[in-house]
Amino acid sequence: MSEYIIKNGHVFDPVQGIKGDKKDIAIKDGKIVDKVGSGAKVVDATGKTVMAGAVEIHAHIAGPKVNMGRIYRPEDKLFTCTPTKGMERMGGGASIPTTFKTGYEYAKMGYTTAMEAAMPPLFSRHVHEEIRDTPIIDEGAFPVFGNNWFVMEYLKNKEVENTAAYIAWLIRVTKGFAVKVVNPGGTEAWAWGLNCLSVNDPVPYFDITPAEIITGLIEANEYLGLPHSLHIHPNNLGNPGCYETTLDTLKLAEGYKAKNKFGREQVMHLTHSQFHSYGGTNWGDFESKAKEVTDYVNKNKNITIDTGNVTLDETTTMTADGPFEHHLTGLNNLKWANIDVELETGSGVVPYIYSPSISVCAIQWAIGMEIPLMMKDPMRCYITTDHPNAGPFTRYPRVIKWLMSAKAREAQINAFKHKDKVLSQTSIGSLDREISLYELAQMTRAGPAKSLGLTNMCGGLKPGMDADVAVYNFNPDKPVANPDDIEKAFSRCAHVFKSGVEVVTNGEIVSNGHKRTLWVNAKVKDNPQVMRDINEKFLKYYSMTQANYEALGHHFVPNPYTLEVDAT
Amino acid sequence: METVTITMKNPPALYLEADNVSPDGFAGKTAAQIAELHVHEGNTTSTLGKYFEVSGNAGATAADTKIIVKGDVKKVKYLGFKMSAGELVVESSMDQYAGGWMTGGKMLVKGNADAFAGTAMKGGELTIDGNAGNYLGAAYRGDWRGMSGGKILVKGNAGSDIGMYMLGGEMIINGDADVHVCTHAEGGKVIIKGNCKSKIGGQMVGGTVIVFGSIDTMMPGFKPSGEAELEVDGVKAKFSHYIGDTGERKKKKKGQIVYGDLYQKI
Repeated sequence: MSEYIIKNGHVFDPVQGIKGDKKDIAIKDGKIVDKVGSGAKVVDATGKTVMAGAVEIHAHIAGPKVNMGRIYRPEDKLFTCTPTKGMERMGGGASIPTTFKTGYEYAKMGYTTAMEAAMPPLFSRHVHEEIRDTPIIDEGAFPVFGNNWFVMEYLKNKEVENTAAYIAWLIRVTKGFAVKVVNPGGTEAWAWGLNCLSVNDPVPYFDITPAEIITGLIEANEYLGLPHSLHIHPNNLGNPGCYETTLDTLKLAEGYKAKNKFGREQVMHLTHSQFHSYGGTNWGDFESKAKEVTDYVNKNKNITIDTGNVTLDETTTMTADGPFEHHLTGLNNLKWANIDVELETGSGVVPYIYSPSISVCAIQWAIGMEIPLMMKDPMRCYITTDHPNAGPFTRYPRVIKWLMSAKAREAQINAFKHKDKVLSQTSIGSLDREISLYELAQMTRAGPAKSLGLTNMCGGLKPGMDADVAVYNFNPDKPVANPDDIEKAFSRCAHVFKSGVEVVTNGEIVSNGHKRTLWVNAKVKDNPQVMRDINEKFLKYYSMTQANYEALGHHFVPNPYTLEVDAT
Repeated sequence: METVTITMKNPPALYLEADNVSPDGFAGKTAAQIAELHVHEGNTTSTLGKYFEVSGNAGATAADTKIIVKGDVKKVKYLGFKMSAGELVVESSMDQYAGGWMTGGKMLVKGNADAFAGTAMKGGELTIDGNAGNYLGAAYRGDWRGMSGGKILVKGNAGSDIGMYMLGGEMIINGDADVHVCTHAEGGKVIIKGNCKSKIGGQMVGGTVIVFGSIDTMMPGFKPSGEAELEVDGVKAKFSHYIGDTGERKKKKKGQIVYGDLYQKI
């Protein structure tokens, strides 16, 4: 493999505490090293910013519901198709791009690792086929557990060990990465036309509450010692007043401590917190409760969050929270797709337009800005757009612009039709904090890598770590004349290296890299009871056999990277 | 006004997407520069000059430019795509998307235009001397935003699904129309001087359809609402008035269900 040395760049690396010093980064055999030979290829990064490859903790980029969006929204591809060019294959789509475009767009922005946030276990083969077809970036997928019949039956009887054995089995056969929970109990209730809007609403038939599901899964997750914590999308998403449910959910993590060998410290990751920080009683008196939520998270070190920034675009919402999507289609009267996934979960898809001239959308934008600006520890708050729910991931540079420049935020607030309402219902007007490049590296690299338990692998530039490096055309020594320059610089990297292979040069794809699928192999003691239960459920209820369920072999996961966990 | 004439010399084997052929695409360019504009045949990108003979330079702006397309363009799509001003004349029949997404200017097709002519059109005038295909002035596949402004005149007949998701503007068909007129329409006006087949105005929540001839079968959601005397396109006549689609339950306005109007000449 070739050797590289990236010279004279301003390096920002929270893993080593480097805050913009001029430093050379050496790459050899796919890893960051202390030094390389004189034959190494020199990359001049004078006047540029050098960071580790960014890590995406939560995006919907592969699998059946993403594809449902692609199928039923041909208009999303209108005017966005790009033909074959050099190394790039053709691609298209704005909020739900094709797999190839997804890989290229992430790489061009300096992202080298991404997590598919909700994998229906029954369709894991489809998810892995799409992951396989997404070039360059390393990917993992979170199977959903919050409405799973096995989990609800075991946890109803407080059988944490059996739950853990089932999780270990399911993550192994679906090649999953972490335990994801979406609207615990609520999606199952949706099969009865109901929902669970608080942590104490009982799930029909199973007679268990969301609170019991959440605490049981935290215990099972820590029993196994998985790299990532419980990754939760709580109940009551997106409704005025939902912050109370969010706080009730966060309080369930109290008293739990992380137990793992991956350096992770949290036991719960609250995802797209913007959608969970709403106050008020209806859309008229809708207001921000970002302060209440971030105050709680600031005080409790065993929780991490990501933002879910609204980017004010036309997009496609898609979530395993089936009842919420039904509620949403009632609000905007656009098309709706609903999918039931047998014993495991469900999902819905609805197009949505976040219009700057609608006050609710503008307030949502402001809440998404408030959360990262109010979080004291950037290592526990990560930038996402919950792609594509609050906006496409291709808008990250714009979100970074708004976070790094109070001037850019002010310009956006002034452009809103209901500016006064935004200022009265949120406290965005009083926040003048500007995120520094070091904090940005924490929020997009070191932080999410640590939360995912990948801290020895990616998110930093320490010798021994994977050589995932992004070089941006951004000079931290010079004052920013125009905030749009920030967006431009973070849109297209000067150079991107993925595991030591140069994949992007001057914003163009030059290699498809060697993408890997990250998955966790958790070993547990033999558990004949769980194996018998699985057998029985497949015979009685599933529409497919166990042999057709597993995502195995070279076809689905051609280049795996396995994180071994031993809980025997 | 400067005139550019492009004449088909090498008809494409596959369909040709010529979305640059509009006064906006040509404005400020010489004949040689116009010949270098991109077109797509199948999955390959090539230049306009490979297929067309170009003569004449364009004006400085779109408004100063007139384009005449000569020769056989039956396999060419997207002529007049997104045009905002100026004039475009197609002397024969063309394929899909004539004047799609146009916002202004005048476009004339002297032959027939295939499906999706005037798709999501916002302004300007589109005249088709021959027949129009399906989805005239409709929304793009999957989209819910159809024609919202401007004027379409078809001197021949039109196909099915015309004015689907129509939001505004006016459409006059001198001949007959096929099934599914103004499905999901929320505004605008469609005048059909000939006859119509069935299913007119399904799920319509606004807008007007005026039919001079016969309607095969009326949608069950339309109910009679008396008679009205209207002056349509210079013709004064008595019409029976229907409102509908009363089967549509979605509320488009706050707390109020709104219906479209259907008039048929007595």
